[in-house]
This record gives sequence, C-alpha cells and structure tokens, in this order.
Amino acid sequence: MATPVLDKAGPAPEPGFADSPYITVTFRLRRFNPEVSDQATWEDFQFEIDPKERVLDALHKIKWDLDGTLTFRRSCAHGICGSDAMRINGKNRLACKTLIKDISPEKPITVEPIKGMTVLKDLVVDMEPFFQAYRDVMPFLITKETNEPTRERLQSAEDRERFDDTTKCILCAACTSSCPVFWNDGQYFGPAAIVNAHRFIFDSRDEAGEQRLEILNDRDGVWRCRTTFNCTDACPRGIEVTKAIAEVKRALITRRF
Amino acid sequence: MKIHKYDTVIVGAGGAGMRAAIEATKRSRTAVLTKLYPTRSHTGAAQGGMAAALANVEEDNWEWHTFDTIKGGDYLVDQDAAEILAKEAIDSVLDLEKMGLPFNRTPDGTIDQRRFGGHSRNHGEAPVRRSCYAADRTGHMILQTLYQNCVKEGVEFFNEFYVLDQLITEVDGVKKSAGVVAYELATGEIHVFQAKSVIYASGGCGKFFKVTSNAHTLTGDGQAAVYRRGLPLEDMEFFQFHPTGIWRMGILLTEGARGEGGILRNKDGERFMEKYAPVMKDLASRDVVSRSIYTEIREGRGCGPEGDHVYLDLTHLPPEQLDAKLPDITEFARTYLGIEPYTDPIPIQPTAHYAMGGIPTNVEGEVLADNTTVVPGLYAAGEVACVSVHGANRLGTNSLLDINVFGRRAGIAAAEYAHTAEFVPLPEDPESLVVEQIERLRESTGTERVATLRRELQETMDANVMVFRTEQTIKTAVEKIAELRARYKNVAIQDKGRRFNTDLLEAVELGNLLDLAEVMAVSALARKESRGGHYREDYPNRDDVNFMRHTMAYREVGDDGAESVRLDYKPVVQTRYQPMERKY
Repeated sequence: MATPVLDKAGPAPEPGFADSPYITVTFRLRRFNPEVSDQATWEDFQFEIDPKERVLDALHKIKWDLDGTLTFRRSCAHGICGSDAMRINGKNRLACKTLIKDISPEKPITVEPIKGMTVLKDLVVDMEPFFQAYRDVMPFLITKETNEPTRERLQSAEDRERFDDTTKCILCAACTSSCPVFWNDGQYFGPAAIVNAHRFIFDSRDEAGEQRLEILNDRDGVWRCRTTFNCTDACPRGIEVTKAIAEVKRALITRRF
Repeated sequence: MKIHKYDTVIVGAGGAGMRAAIEATKRSRTAVLTKLYPTRSHTGAAQGGMAAALANVEEDNWEWHTFDTIKGGDYLVDQDAAEILAKEAIDSVLDLEKMGLPFNRTPDGTIDQRRFGGHSRNHGEAPVRRSCYAADRTGHMILQTLYQNCVKEGVEFFNEFYVLDQLITEVDGVKKSAGVVAYELATGEIHVFQAKSVIYASGGCGKFFKVTSNAHTLTGDGQAAVYRRGLPLEDMEFFQFHPTGIWRMGILLTEGARGEGGILRNKDGERFMEKYAPVMKDLASRDVVSRSIYTEIREGRGCGPEGDHVYLDLTHLPPEQLDAKLPDITEFARTYLGIEPYTDPIPIQPTAHYAMGGIPTNVEGEVLADNTTVVPGLYAAGEVACVSVHGANRLGTNSLLDINVFGRRAGIAAAEYAHTAEFVPLPEDPESLVVEQIERLRESTGTERVATLRRELQETMDANVMVFRTEQTIKTAVEKIAELRARYKNVAIQDKGRRFNTDLLEAVELGNLLDLAEVMAVSALARKESRGGHYREDYPNRDDVNFMRHTMAYREVGDDGAESVRLDYKPVVQTRYQPMERKY
C-alpha cells in the first residue's frame, strides 16, 4: 500500500454545492508591464477558492490557471523569506501570511505593489534602493578587540533579550513602504534600515554604536520619523518598529545604549 | 549576451553559498549568482538549531556526535566526512557567534543548547543537549548573519540571476569546469560567466512533492544543470520526510518543539512513540518518527474525521516557554490553522523536507565525475551536494551545520584552486543550450500547461514514493514521470515577454523537477532494501550485503536520442563504526 494521500482538497466542487467550503472571490490586481504599455491598469479575476487559503494561493491560482503573465515574487510561502510583501486592500501585508477569510472576501480584494518604490512589472518592485539603505547602516557586528576570544563571547540572557525584537526582521520592506515620509522622500533611510541599525546598536557585543548613531543623525535619518505607527502595523513579524526608532532617537540624545 | 570573468563563481546564496562567499571573496575575485535575493533563501526557514558538541550545558563530545550522525544515516554515511562534520561543528558555531549571530544564552552567558532528534549521550544512552539555537528561528539568524557578513566583506551579488547551464570543456583529455550560463530575470538577457572555480550551493529539490516544507523555488536547479552535462547524482532515492508538518500545508514545525518537551499523540491521546522508540521516544530520528505516524494513521488511530493526521501536543508546556523558545511555530499554528497551541494540540503530518542525495563531492567540496575522479574547478556544498554526511537519513540540526562546515570548506578550496589554475576556454557558442531551451519554451504553441504537469507530478510523488514505497508504487511513479516528461515537450507558456518572465522560469523549473524525479524513482526502484528515509514495504530490512553502497545515477542518451538513467554504485567510507541494528 502506498503512503496515504491526505490532501483531499482537489479541484473546486460545483458552485452551489451545499457543503462546499469554496466561495467566489474577485481579485482586483494592479497590472503593469512596460513591454506592453507604460500605463498601469486594474484587472479583475473572479474564481472559486477556499477562504482558509492564503492570498498567495489565490495569486497562484490566477497565474497557474487563468493568466500566466501575472508576475510577483514569492518563495517560502509562510512568512519567513520576505519576498511577497504587497498592498492588500490598501494595507501592507505578506500575501503568504494573509488568509482570504480575514480580508472581507465578499468585496473585491485589491492587490497592488508596495508603495514608494519603482514598479518593474505587476507586483514586482525595484528592491535595490531598499537594500542600499540597509547596507548604509553597517548591518554587521563590529568589535574593536584585536584578539578574538577562543570561545564564544559571553552575553547575559538579559543583554541578548535587549535587541531580540529587531533580530526578527526579514527585510520584506512592508514597514518602509508603508511610511508616508518614505513615500514623499525616497532618500529617507526608512524604518527597516533603522530597525537593523537598532539590532546592532543595542547588542552588548557591538562596539560601533556611535558610528551608526551618527549615520542615523543625518538629515535623512531617524529625525524624519513622524511616529505615524504605519510601520508597526505593517510589520508581518510583529516587530515594534516605531518603538525601535524611538529608542534610537533617545540613544542619540542621551548617547546611552 | 554578456560575458563575465571571475576567479570564483558561486551559484546560490543560501547558507552554504554565503558561507562559501565569505571565504572565497577574501581570497579571490568572486561573484555570487542567485535566483532570489540572498535573504529569501530557504536556509531562513530552518528553525530548531545547529548541532555542535560544545558541552555548554552537559557532557558531550564530537565523537558521540559523529556516532549519532552515522547511526542516524543508517550507516550509509561516509564516516570520514561525518567525523569532519562533528569535529568542525564546534568552530563553525563559534565562528557564527563571532560574526554576530544572536544565539540564546545560558545563565552563564554561553551559547544555550537543547535536545534534538537522534542526538544522544554516549552512543544512544539518552538524549543530549547539543543543538545551539536562537529561539525557533535559528536558520533565519544564520541567513541574516551570513548576509550581514557578506555585506561587510563586500561580496558581489548578481541577484535574480538564474543559472541554467554548467559549461564543461575537455582539456588534454580531462573534463574541466569552464563556467556557467545564467538568465537575468529582470531583462531576459543571457550571461556567460567564465570562472576558474564554480561552487554549486543552490539547495534542494523538494518541490516535486506536494506536501512539503520546501519553498516554491526549491526546484533542484543545480543538480539538474550538472546532471544534464553527464555528471552523476548520488543517493537521490533518499529523501527525508519531516514528522511534523502542518496538516495538509506541509509548513515545518520544528523538532525543537519535541526537544522542548512536545509529545506526539494519536486519536486516543496515546503517546505512541513510546511503542516505537522506547529510549528516545518522540526524539527518535525523523525517518523512524514519520513511519510511526503513518503506521498509526494506517491502523486507524489517526485524528480528525478522516483519521489522516496526528497531534503535536504542546499544551502541557508553560506558555512562557512556548513564547520564549517556540514563538514562530506557535504563531504559524495560530495564523494558518486558527489554533491556540497553549490549549489545543496541533494537527500534523509528515512533510517532504530534505534531499539527502545530490551532487557527489569529496570532503573538500570537489565534485566527482564518477566514483573517484574529481572535475577540476567544480565544487558543491549544502543540500545540493552529497558528501555524504547524511547517508540515508539526516539528523535534525545537521543541515545548518553541513552548510557552514562544507560551505566554508568549498569556499576556501575553490578560491585556492583559482589561484593555481588558468581559465579553461569556453566551449564554442557557450550559451547555445540555454538559448535553445528558452526560445523553445517561449515560442512553443503546445497545449500542455506547466501548472497541470507540476500538480500531476506532485500527486504521483506523494502517492508513490513518499514514506512507504513498494516495487509497484515506484513503478507507477516511474511510468507517470515518463508520461509527464513526454508531455513536457508540448508545454507552452503564456508570457512571451523578456522582462521578469516568471512564467518562463516556472517552465524551466518544472523541467528540472521532472529530471530529478525520474532519477529519484529509478534509484529507489533499484534499491531493494529499507534504509533510513527509503522504506520498501516489500523489502523491510536493511541489506548490508547488497546495498551498503551509494547509488550513482548518470544520464544516458541513446543513439536515437532517447534519455534514460544509468545506475552505478560507490562504496561507503567506513572508518571506526561497524554497522549495527538501529534502535532508538
């Protein structure tokens, strides 16, 4: 006997079937393909789907069964790789972490690329400026000792906990692209870069906090933050982004971290 | 077409690729080609930890770790490689800590360690705390830390460059690596990278299964590229099914959940692992636990209306412990199942997780053209490779270790080779195979859809070559794969454009999956024994007399152009451990 096949999902039963878990949804997608037109347009797709499925599953259904030209990034499909941040019903979310039942599927569901970044095709945006801002805060441990210890550096559980929240960042750009300051001025480092600076500034092992603070003291640095909390709401990892930015601001004033 | 020249080219930017890149960049002019942004790689999905006998919390040593690895791999492990893995594990973990990895800490401030499946004190006496971890996001921390250090070292990345072909040139009768051909996703442009050394670190191929913990992008691209150029693939029949995937979705729930005290229960609430593994119980090796789960299900003790899953029970653990040690997986249960793990057990089923087999290498990461001959300039590390440290079944936490130990080794070896070697001349029209492949797909007017073929492939793989196999089920799979391969020639895509053509990309990936599925099924059919992750109900025992050997699969093309898989075998390297019956 073969391994039991557990997934009985299969194709959707006929609409109207009494026990059917499937509902009819309309996905309203922002489409853009500069090889075809320099104008972005909206396109609707209507189909049956189990509302317990992810928005990513719906996008795959469209791409795989309805329109192969639909273009988006994705990889892990469970909120770890950070590929599929998009604007779903006007809010930044990961498509793989958003269940259809949770986003009012009785109304058309809109999906757009994240804002403030150059759209390359459909839901794909240019991530290079985002990663440049990340690289600019020196996102790596810097120590000044000349002789490395033979064993691990010691760190108390409390010191480790101090920066735990900001280690969770997956660089999906949901926070940065939800920030009104960033929308108006792409030069602003943006929340994600500050989060990653925070992760090192508050790591007891790191010795370049002052340098990082100086970078963020720049006119495009932390002082641009207007504390709108969009970033905290947008973070799919539950990082308290606005709080982290505030802690960096406070460290700049007190020079204590 | 553009031509680039580098000393070292690394294909893939997950853990193994970036660990290699850090070493190679210090020593040679290095480029990393990756079809994803580096931080999207599936190393980031690994959860539970990285094994190393640091002995921070209890007595341990690397010899015990070596033994556990060999026993866990059901004695198909090359013992010299396992010894290197366990010995170098300690420095690998310490190196990561020095690079900044935020490990969980003991009250003394040292790296904390926890229990994990198959890792034991003194050759199987009791579970040991060997897994170094950062909550249940150790892979995420490793991926981030390695990327951070790549930024620090100024590693040159070519993001969203998809390597489609391995170039090999014969020089004085020796086949040498000349470089690779890549497709730039953003523009559709073809790039030829001439390189003295090429390292494959492009990950696994789990997407030929339906219920899998693998990312959509894990389609065996590296394995397929070298296989199509006549190089062998080793032990491809050995695939690991992780016991605890989220029911129906396959999303991984770390073994660390059981390391923290989680218990598997059937519909009667019984802790069934006590029957199958009296000493290690829920922490027996993954192949043993996955078979036990399916045995419970088949004997009618599965949970739910269809009796098709079992429970991972964490409800007896304090919520504070779950929050501190298992925050991500408890959130997965809430997000995807609407279940509160504090109070309710989580429905799970085994999920296709890890390819033990891959591109054969020696312990320096050099790729083998047969049982002994090295391909000069060609290296592989991580899940794409088969050293073989995992044998027939990998132990949990040994993959994060593998990518660090052998990624580092391959990075150093490849860069040092590049110092001594000359560039190998590119073959004539180096891009021709890729151009032909891309244009054929783009211009095809066929009637088959990529998604349909992929679904059929995944369904047949789940039904026929998963946890339990027989001659009959494997033959069914072989026939179905042959049918799908024939239909693949008639596949067409809708997106005919050049810019970000992921429709085209998925068609190419499907071709890779079909090639590798065939290798896997053919290799499995020939192995008439049960060992580790390969369980044959018609041959339920291990057969050391006939099958204590690695499978080496080669692509053969007949005079009529027909393709087939030719199997050969390679001896297992044994040092000090004699095969014993495997009990947990």
